[in-house]
Amino acid sequence: MTATVLGQQKIARPNALRGAGKAAAIDTAVPALLVEGVTKRFVVGRKRKPVVAISNVSLRLERGDIVGILGANGSGKSTLIRLVSGLLTLDSGRVSVFGFDIERDELEVKRLINRVSVDAAFFKKLSPMENLLFAARLYGLDVAGAKREAVAILGRLGIGEKRVGRPIEQMSRGMQQKVAIARALLTSPALLLLDEPTTGLDPRSKLDVQTFIEELRETHDASIVLTTHDLDEAERLCDSITVLAGGRTVVEDTPAGLIAAEARRMGRPATLHDVFMTHTGRSLDDDVEEGEADDIE
Amino acid sequence: MTTFAHELKASYAFMERNFFLTRRYWGWEIAFLVYSVAGALSISLIGADQGSPRLLLLLMVGAIFWNYLSVVFSWIAETISVERWEGTLEYTMMAPIRRWSQLLGSVLYAMLYGLIHTAVILVVLILFFPQLDFTGANPLTVVAFMLLGSFSFVGIGMIAAILPLLYVERGAQMTFVLQSCLLLVSGVYYSIDILPGWMQVLSHLSPATYVLDGVRKGLIDGAPVTALLGDVWPLVVMGAVLIPFGLWAFGRAERYAKRTGKLKRVG
Ligand SMILES: Nc1ncnc2c1ncn2[C@@H]1O[C@H](COP(=O)(O)OP(=O)(O)O)[C@@H](O)[C@H]1O
Ligand SMILES: [Mg+2]
Repeated sequence: MTATVLGQQKIARPNALRGAGKAAAIDTAVPALLVEGVTKRFVVGRKRKPVVAISNVSLRLERGDIVGILGANGSGKSTLIRLVSGLLTLDSGRVSVFGFDIERDELEVKRLINRVSVDAAFFKKLSPMENLLFAARLYGLDVAGAKREAVAILGRLGIGEKRVGRPIEQMSRGMQQKVAIARALLTSPALLLLDEPTTGLDPRSKLDVQTFIEELRETHDASIVLTTHDLDEAERLCDSITVLAGGRTVVEDTPAGLIAAEARRMGRPATLHDVFMTHTGRSLDDDVEEGEADDIE
Repeated sequence: MTTFAHELKASYAFMERNFFLTRRYWGWEIAFLVYSVAGALSISLIGADQGSPRLLLLLMVGAIFWNYLSVVFSWIAETISVERWEGTLEYTMMAPIRRWSQLLGSVLYAMLYGLIHTAVILVVLILFFPQLDFTGANPLTVVAFMLLGSFSFVGIGMIAAILPLLYVERGAQMTFVLQSCLLLVSGVYYSIDILPGWMQVLSHLSPATYVLDGVRKGLIDGAPVTALLGDVWPLVVMGAVLIPFGLWAFGRAERYAKRTGKLKRVG
């Protein structure tokens, strides 16, 4: 992937060591995530025809990279994330995580991944610490160490030690999302799946989370899949971008590559927004008509 | 760390989390306990009102042991629905653990919680009715039937827990209905002989029927377990069949939910 060089240009404080380590890893090692020709249909109601949520999608994520999945609402971003998470079964195709097949090597894969979804899903009456402790035990972590780690991660995200004992429901959405990120990081995932982690956050929290993701890629050895609604976010954080529309990949490249191609096509400077408009025929903020909004829990 | 130790640690995670929940909802726990004590007491008072020590005991056993079984049942049956309600189900499903360790954790917590809950009710009732005479009772029989009954209820609880995986909304409601039906047919407060014939067929399928019969005979008549084999073997069979079946069905249900997108769809 050509993203290594571009990625370093993008980051304000490029980490020379990281770049070197990655260059060595690229040719020899298996990719962090390999999605090959994956399709997923949903049948909702007896008579309706199936919704093809993901259609023959392929994706390759190298270790230490961040791939962005862009798409309007209903384009299949979350479905793709859930397929990789093992929360949905594949209709066809294959997914492997660091060489482990997600169906055959289920437990190994589960140890390697974690996910943050758009809604911070917690036991809302319990405190962040109680919720994180539960996660730590499920992943077989040493409890005392996990507690220290949790306080450290939350502190880094701007949540003081005083708050970790109070019910989550008393926190703002931005704070809750930060706790969700802490929960995922606590288990040191080699592959981190972030499903619209900044959607609906206040500008301040959004910036905090973005900065944290940026920091993660520099300091942790995590490979990240990031779905987002935010084109600036994608441009800032991602080494490569895949644009989904109607469950299909419509275009994929590095952010700079996408923009350059678009500029050539238009004969003037372009933005990611132009790229998105050209390839999906819509603005990212337009909502796709959802199959059946009525049976959402 | 061996796999098995890791799985037990995961089981403990569920126990601890349920304990956290109980602790956080302590106001409701007390309210629920008061409700249960008052319910058991008022039903037992019907026996006192009739001036029949035997009826008093029959009703008391019914109230107390039904409380135990239904508490165990609901904690297990709500394993999934609680997580669906809170939205954490997908995260728990993603954890690198086996499903049996999750269920084991729920089961152990349910039994512990049920025992404490029931002990409180028992103590209140004994204090309230000092005239009760347990000298002829056989405590071993009582304990044996509680244990045996727990196994079957664990199995039924697991099967009930699956329903919210299969039916997003209706599942929890079905669980509730199932529990109500068990109450009706198991002879909790009356002899099943007075039920219509078709209901008696269901009575024989409910483990609670045998538990209550065994406990009553042990407590009131002092019967040893060996004299109650007619109540023992159905419980042994049900436990031995329902628990493995519950585990198997759970796996199938999980697979079904993942295929059809029933775990969660929003987000
Ligand atoms: N669990 C599900 N059951 C039925 N349909 C679903 C489910 N999940 C997603 N879909 C449908 O699949 C399509 C893609 O949805 P989704 O992956 O959530 O899109 P995005 O995350 O990009 O907004 C939509 O039409 C949606 O209605
Ligand atoms: Mg989504």
